[in-house]
Amino acid sequence: MKILIPTPLRQYSDKQPAVEVKAATVGEALSGLVMRHPDLRRHLYTEEGKLRAFVNVYLNDEDVRYLQKEATQVRDSDTISIVPSIAGGR
Amino acid sequence: MSTTTQVKPEAVTLTNDEILRYSRHLIMPEVGMEGQQKLKAARVLCIGAGGLGSPLALYLAAAGVGTLGIVDFDVVDYTNLQRQIIHTTADVGRKKLDSAAEKLKAINPFLNLRTFETRLSSDNALDLFRAFDIIADGTDNFPTRYLVNDACVLTGKPNVYGSIFRFEGQASVFATEQGPCYRCLYPEPPPPGLVPSCAEGGVLGILPGLVGVIQATEVIKLILGKGEPLIGRLLLIDALGMKFRELKLRKNPDCPACGKHPTVTKLIDYNEFCGIRGEEKPVETKLPEMQVEELKRRLDAGDDLFVLDVREPHEYQICNLNGYLIPLGDLPKRVHELDSGREIVAHCRSGVRSGKAVDFLRQAGFKKVHNLAGGILAWADKIDPKMPKY
Repeated sequence: MKILIPTPLRQYSDKQPAVEVKAATVGEALSGLVMRHPDLRRHLYTEEGKLRAFVNVYLNDEDVRYLQKEATQVRDSDTISIVPSIAGGR
Repeated sequence: MSTTTQVKPEAVTLTNDEILRYSRHLIMPEVGMEGQQKLKAARVLCIGAGGLGSPLALYLAAAGVGTLGIVDFDVVDYTNLQRQIIHTTADVGRKKLDSAAEKLKAINPFLNLRTFETRLSSDNALDLFRAFDIIADGTDNFPTRYLVNDACVLTGKPNVYGSIFRFEGQASVFATEQGPCYRCLYPEPPPPGLVPSCAEGGVLGILPGLVGVIQATEVIKLILGKGEPLIGRLLLIDALGMKFRELKLRKNPDCPACGKHPTVTKLIDYNEFCGIRGEEKPVETKLPEMQVEELKRRLDAGDDLFVLDVREPHEYQICNLNGYLIPLGDLPKRVHELDSGREIVAHCRSGVRSGKAVDFLRQAGFKKVHNLAGGILAWADKIDPKMPKY
């Protein structure tokens, strides 16, 4: 499945806008992502290994907080989006 | 000048000049006379007259929004002109409010323009917002984003939201009665320093145009009561791929601002809210610094100094001090390229990133390492006036 990396985090994913991983759940997919790009870990997870509150993870167009969070099942055709907050405007 | 007291749309009349001006609206059934009266009766407050605020204010004024408020405290500078199209080269040095007011009145003399030369704060936001129907958020930092959201929730005004970074944008309509608010999407701000601002990260000049026009469209739809507003939807704009995606947003029943049992019942200190949550250790304030004058003197004297440039390669191309380039993000994996026995002077554009680099190097055991105070900008100001600033 595909994980879309937003611009602010691409500096930690070797500038790649998307990463393909094999996974059965959202949690597995994200672990696969940070295994491949370890620099991403501290931007996605707290030191206790929890997903950070300001990082939103969407499975297709649904917020995983309203599905089964990291235990949400995924299929190969699904897309995970990481949507961090951005604030620019001036 | 008329005030911002609410007027009923049906009580508003259009002069013959206005009818001619808005004829392309009036002949559309979705707007018509009734819609144009609604626009004229509407009161919209734009927070910021910058990147997003420029297209927003220009289009809202042109479309016939009757009362437009703008909050801004800034002055036009050269780096604004690449995207803030309400300001011109001749406006550099002027207050953004004066510059914007001139253009808006020139576009539409029927506009009732209200300018507020102030920084939006917890002390003034509620009073300001109460005098308007819709708030359009064109700010550029997290504390103000949360402030605008909470003040919108508390006053019951829709928050037409847009934000941008490099070539990506987001837009939505928050804080309507049934819809989610910004805190439903992002309950907590990121720790300071983790998400770069436009000043640090850059922004494609057209992007605020694209996103600001989407905001203006949403404002007009809300006023007209037509179409499907971006309520409960987050529009993601990728200008590089020219892709628009849409994510579902839900009203969070546990939202501290708009949930069933809100804990945000008044405005708070938003700098503190966005600062003290920081999980990252702030950069040490007492870093060993070197002034540009000293660097110049010691380089001229032939001292053995290693100049480390921690900017990005594309910044190096704009101007450089002939330093050794390792971008800040690459420093951990390239630290072995540095000789800890030599005296190192790290610099970036303004001294922030190199401060982090010096902090990192000191923790890695480097003893003789300095941060160049003010970065290459200070060098351009004090040592080499021919060097371009960016």
